[in-house]
Amino acid sequence: MASVVTNDMSIVIGGDAGQGVESSGAGFSLSFARAGLHVFGLQDYRSRIRGGHNFYQIRLSEEPRLSHTNPVHLILALTPETVELHLDRLAEGGAVIFPDKFEIDPEPLKKRGVRVDALPLTRIAEEHGNRVMTNTAALGAAAGITEFPLEFMESVIRDNFAAKGQQVVDANLKVADAAYKLARERYGADFQYKLAPVKGAPRRLLMNGNEALAMGALAGGCRFISAYPMTPATSVTEWLAALPHEYGVVTKHSEDEIAAACMAIGASFAGARAMTATSGGGFSLMVEAMGLAGMVEVPLVIVEAQRGGPSTGLPTRTEQSDLLFVIHASQGEFPRIVTAPGTVEECFEAGWRAFNLAERYQCPVVVMTDTFLASSLRTVDADAIDFGAVQIDRGPTLTHEDIEALSDGYRRFQLTQTGVSPRAIPGHPKGVVVASSDEHDETGHITEENDNRRRMMRKRMGKMSEAEKEMRPPSWYGPEKADFTLVCWGSTYGPCKEAADEINEAGGSANVLRFPDLWPLPEEAAAAALAGCRRTVVVEQNYTSQLARLLRMTTGIEVDGTLNKYDGRPFAPEEIVAGLSKEVASGHAA
Amino acid sequence: MVTRLDPKLFDATSEITWCAGCGDFAILKALKLALADLSIEPHQALVVSGIGCGSKLPDYMTINGFMTIHGRPLPVATAAKLANPDLHVVVVNGDGDSYGIGGNHFVQSCRRNPNITQIVENNQIYGLTKGQYSPTSDKGFVTTTSPDGAIELAFNPMSVALAAGATFIARAFAGEPKHLAQLIGEGIQHRGYALIDVLQPCVTFNRINTYDWYRKRIYHLEEEAYDPTNREAAWQKAHEWEERIPLGVLYRTDELPTYEDQVPTLADGSPVSRIIELSRNPRPQQYESLKEGFL
Repeated sequence: MASVVTNDMSIVIGGDAGQGVESSGAGFSLSFARAGLHVFGLQDYRSRIRGGHNFYQIRLSEEPRLSHTNPVHLILALTPETVELHLDRLAEGGAVIFPDKFEIDPEPLKKRGVRVDALPLTRIAEEHGNRVMTNTAALGAAAGITEFPLEFMESVIRDNFAAKGQQVVDANLKVADAAYKLARERYGADFQYKLAPVKGAPRRLLMNGNEALAMGALAGGCRFISAYPMTPATSVTEWLAALPHEYGVVTKHSEDEIAAACMAIGASFAGARAMTATSGGGFSLMVEAMGLAGMVEVPLVIVEAQRGGPSTGLPTRTEQSDLLFVIHASQGEFPRIVTAPGTVEECFEAGWRAFNLAERYQCPVVVMTDTFLASSLRTVDADAIDFGAVQIDRGPTLTHEDIEALSDGYRRFQLTQTGVSPRAIPGHPKGVVVASSDEHDETGHITEENDNRRRMMRKRMGKMSEAEKEMRPPSWYGPEKADFTLVCWGSTYGPCKEAADEINEAGGSANVLRFPDLWPLPEEAAAAALAGCRRTVVVEQNYTSQLARLLRMTTGIEVDGTLNKYDGRPFAPEEIVAGLSKEVASGHAA
Repeated sequence: MVTRLDPKLFDATSEITWCAGCGDFAILKALKLALADLSIEPHQALVVSGIGCGSKLPDYMTINGFMTIHGRPLPVATAAKLANPDLHVVVVNGDGDSYGIGGNHFVQSCRRNPNITQIVENNQIYGLTKGQYSPTSDKGFVTTTSPDGAIELAFNPMSVALAAGATFIARAFAGEPKHLAQLIGEGIQHRGYALIDVLQPCVTFNRINTYDWYRKRIYHLEEEAYDPTNREAAWQKAHEWEERIPLGVLYRTDELPTYEDQVPTLADGSPVSRIIELSRNPRPQQYESLKEGFL
């Protein structure tokens, strides 16, 4: 056997929709997180409740990882199809585990040197529990051949099945134990990839982007969310809805996304911190309401978790194809802010920061994520979710004491140096608020008078220039000077970062330039950063290189090359490395 | 005993752009009267409107007013009430706004029962866009977009509201502002969603459904032995139109809780009061235990 590799491998669990692939994957991931390993869990599923291949890929490491990689070391097949679909990705010395009742052609397995294969998983499940526990048997076997102490899996079984009663817990424990022993005895010595608990690892949370974003919003004072279910955004609302009542979050599953956006606007107008969360299709319906928020200067936070488009597109898959749409959505011209967190930790911060931006500039703020970031589970240091760092800054929102002190009448749209007007919360006798989606004067009353129109346009648009001052410049990762700069936004930061590491370790030279705030784009900083690059390659999960277009539109600078992926599957780092080599070979990036 | 306010408290200086004789004047006057009678001050109420002639109403008042977009005042108003249940929230919009483009929100509001009042300025025509047929235009109604007469059956807000579960359904006539004010007042006092559909002649574009046309047909349910808590009777009354048109409360029930009553997270604080409190004292430690769910 080749030398032992500890704590650096990927496991795929594959099966049909309805077989519990996702819950098995998430549960198994949690047992590794509890053992101090860094986990990256990629979910791949179809838009259906039953049938069709789904898989869950768990990457394990002693280093934090922001991405999956394509090679896998262990395949847990709950259907014969899983073997067929993933065998090509199996790394040397890798193993496939499947129930021995499957009729699987052994030839391709032999050709790849697979040592572990059929195990009596169903029989073990039936003997100690029932056949539904075949998943548990497969996970137990995986723990067995990787010699990963069973106690971590046992603790997760106890927690996850507690609600189903002690009998179910005990049966699952027995199934796991039996499969563990059998796999370890039979194949443990032959399998070179091992997993071991990491001593002294800090407490880590296993969470996805949606959960972190919702948690950030809560900590930022969001107490109202209206939304219509849409993959992959739904769990933002679900997480807030499941909170204990004492947090006081009002959640409203509305009749459609038009109502969702309008409700968030209504709640915000009344003085709450309110948000909505959706994907591109739902955002399309919110577009008119977003213009209303822009016109009446109501703070509005929208989470836009992108998926494959257009139209229904690829409902459960990832894409970054809404960037230019979001930046330009709705008729007329009005200020808006668009941010794009790249990691789970950044999702937490984006959640609370969005409310500060929305209230400071009294405009819509769109936080853009995508399926990859919204639903991939990752371990994050518990301390990185820092509630103490959360700030609540309501901008020029007037307290009742402020309104009480007003000397002359209140004007909601009072002209100011910054364009931002003091905002009264309806309810004070001296601060009656009038707002209209029609053009209006300082008091909020409707007027089409031309001088007023010019003043009001300048006031509203002036807020953009103010906001631009606090938009974050692009950030760098890797060596200061490099032959190649991978330019990206949002979730592709993860695979880009790892691709750059790979290139640099192999003796090449690459760094990453990532744009965390996309609108208003900090133009000077963007231009300066791009000007200092030798060769820029924009890496995006879309067809038309929307960031590249945005950069050209705002800075006049054209990037040297583009790498695009639009099949709904997230970039793996090695795909970026390979794509870059092709760029070089074809001279595109030269 | 509440002290009545002076309705002039709600007057504004903005220029009113409605046509002379427009039924909306009576609705504006009646709303001021109703609020004054209930001693609700301008800062204690919020009037939310959509788009159309009648939706300009908040512009002509001194009151918290939010003129939103076409068809959408109901979700805006519903959420404003959820965010701050202390506000008296009134929606004012037209028949196209409420029953056409905003039709889904109308149906959902009926079954949702938020404690808000909706006044629909129903003139059976699109006035601001200069005379196209509306959801409540009678079949055969000739307009610029129905030159051969409207093909669809007229939308019946009374029966739809009843079928969808509305807890207060009333009809008024702009030619009787006192009765209208009375119904608006009852609607505001009703705990739950209250619909007041106001027959409101458009003197410029609707030459059929005029003040006279309505006067010939209307009668008052209050003057008959009519029990507005009887659903079956209401269903009958909801379908009277061509010969006789009933005014007054067609249906009401005070048995059902409001939407807000049933939201457990509103029990000891509103989203508005909570953020005011949090911005003074964010108490970050209150969230720490949430991490347990991810360990």
